[in-house]
Amino acid sequence: MEPDNPTYSDAAESMPDVLHDQGEAGIGVDLSLDELVFDGDTILSDLNLELEPGKITCLLGPSGVGKSSILKILAGFIPLPGNSRVTTSDGKSLEGRLSYMDQKDLLLPWASVFDNLLIGNRLRGEIPDRVRADRLIKQVGLEKWRDSRPDTLSGGMRQRVALARTLMEGSSILLMDEPFSALDAITKFRLQGLAARLLTEKTVLLITHDPMEALRLGDVIYVLAGHPARLSEAIRPEKDIPRDPADDAFSQHYSAIMTRLAGETEDAS
Amino acid sequence: MRLLRAGITLAGFLLIWGLITAILGLPKFLLPSPLIVAEALLTHASLIADNAMTTAIEILVGLILGVLFGMVSALLISAYRPVKQWVFPLLIASQAIPVFAIAPLLVLWLGYGMAPKIVMSLLIIYFPVTVGFLDGLNRTEPVWLNLAGLLQQSGRTGRFRKLVNLYLYIKIPFALPSLASGIRVAAAIAPIGAVVGEWVGASSGLGYLMLHANARVQTDLMFASLLVLTAMALLIYYLIDALLLRALPWLSTHNNNTTQ
Repeated sequence: MEPDNPTYSDAAESMPDVLHDQGEAGIGVDLSLDELVFDGDTILSDLNLELEPGKITCLLGPSGVGKSSILKILAGFIPLPGNSRVTTSDGKSLEGRLSYMDQKDLLLPWASVFDNLLIGNRLRGEIPDRVRADRLIKQVGLEKWRDSRPDTLSGGMRQRVALARTLMEGSSILLMDEPFSALDAITKFRLQGLAARLLTEKTVLLITHDPMEALRLGDVIYVLAGHPARLSEAIRPEKDIPRDPADDAFSQHYSAIMTRLAGETEDAS
Repeated sequence: MRLLRAGITLAGFLLIWGLITAILGLPKFLLPSPLIVAEALLTHASLIADNAMTTAIEILVGLILGVLFGMVSALLISAYRPVKQWVFPLLIASQAIPVFAIAPLLVLWLGYGMAPKIVMSLLIIYFPVTVGFLDGLNRTEPVWLNLAGLLQQSGRTGRFRKLVNLYLYIKIPFALPSLASGIRVAAAIAPIGAVVGEWVGASSGLGYLMLHANARVQTDLMFASLLVLTAMALLIYYLIDALLLRALPWLSTHNNNTTQ
């Protein structure tokens, strides 16, 4: 059972001071990738991905197509391949301006929720910003669990802590690698709603294999499919996020994306 | 439940021992019956207690020093590549020398007191602690190192401070379970070092007492000392095990966590 606090989804609205990170609002990022080869196998070639400032860009594709590799290149976990370039709208390097959220919560198992949020501060040798940590814990609705260890929380709650830790950094660019994919449908749906509110004004790259998630959260959606994988043209659904799946336009986009994904998968097999 | 089971096993063992001595009618200098050993334990209680104290101190001081040196070595080897390249092979080679072989040397250099026994325990303990901790430090999951690297990117502190913080907040805590395994092994084998040291040359200690009892064919006293030594080794092991479990509370609930 999910020991969820049912009121958490209203937490952000009731907050008088939703966090607004000072400084650089909205940096655009442009990745132009010549070729990515793993063990002699060309996974991606001739790819150009633009992350629009202050928007959520969803990269949607089947497993193993190379979505995560794109994110890892931007994060610097994989070195940038030759003839490839990352440029930003303000001309400065990405270094130190990125936050990252993984499919796994990556919480420190020995530390409380509160201390997990402070890990960035501590690793950098800064004075921990306890006020900000407490505010974020409130925004994701986990005040009651502030001093609990991760192993006493449900999967959905742990992922909320991970989201709060990601936002704790105050970076203007967020890279999210299937952040909600390990959760059950209901928990996932609620977390997407929460994320949509908390991620405003951030430049976000969200990797997902779930068309529903892309349509709920993506300002701009790209489908990545084929071998070597290619990007579709941008899909820009109307309406603001988080979108309602009951909407007519939603289901139209959904079936169009499914057809596209299914077609590409058949081509490959 | 666990205590009860241990009690039953012990009682069964004593019973079989008693039966063997009764049926075979062995002379008491070959295999004394449990009753005779118990009697020796009582009559020589203060003698055994005095010598047990010496051995206990040797084991504990050896353990503490061995764990400390082991941890420091593991940290240095893990953090500095040259240390690893130059010192680690030496460390492995040192393990090829049997402790028995260097025991007389240690007594020659350090005298007949506690020092050579402590060094002996330390030498035996040092290796499992170092290797256990080092293994843990080298096995921090890459996802964690990636995340920590990203989190540190925006920091203004120097490289050394960042390395220290990485160890302090990520690598060392993640390596604690491996260190704990190393310490458990160390606690189990520490008495060997102390007793071997006492056999080679000592003026007190359980190993010394056993050697002398053996020479004077006081087999009952020898068995009594052996029992005390075993009890002491078990006590030290379980005490350290309990301490380690308390120190790492997140591990006990780690595996049965299936809630989504």
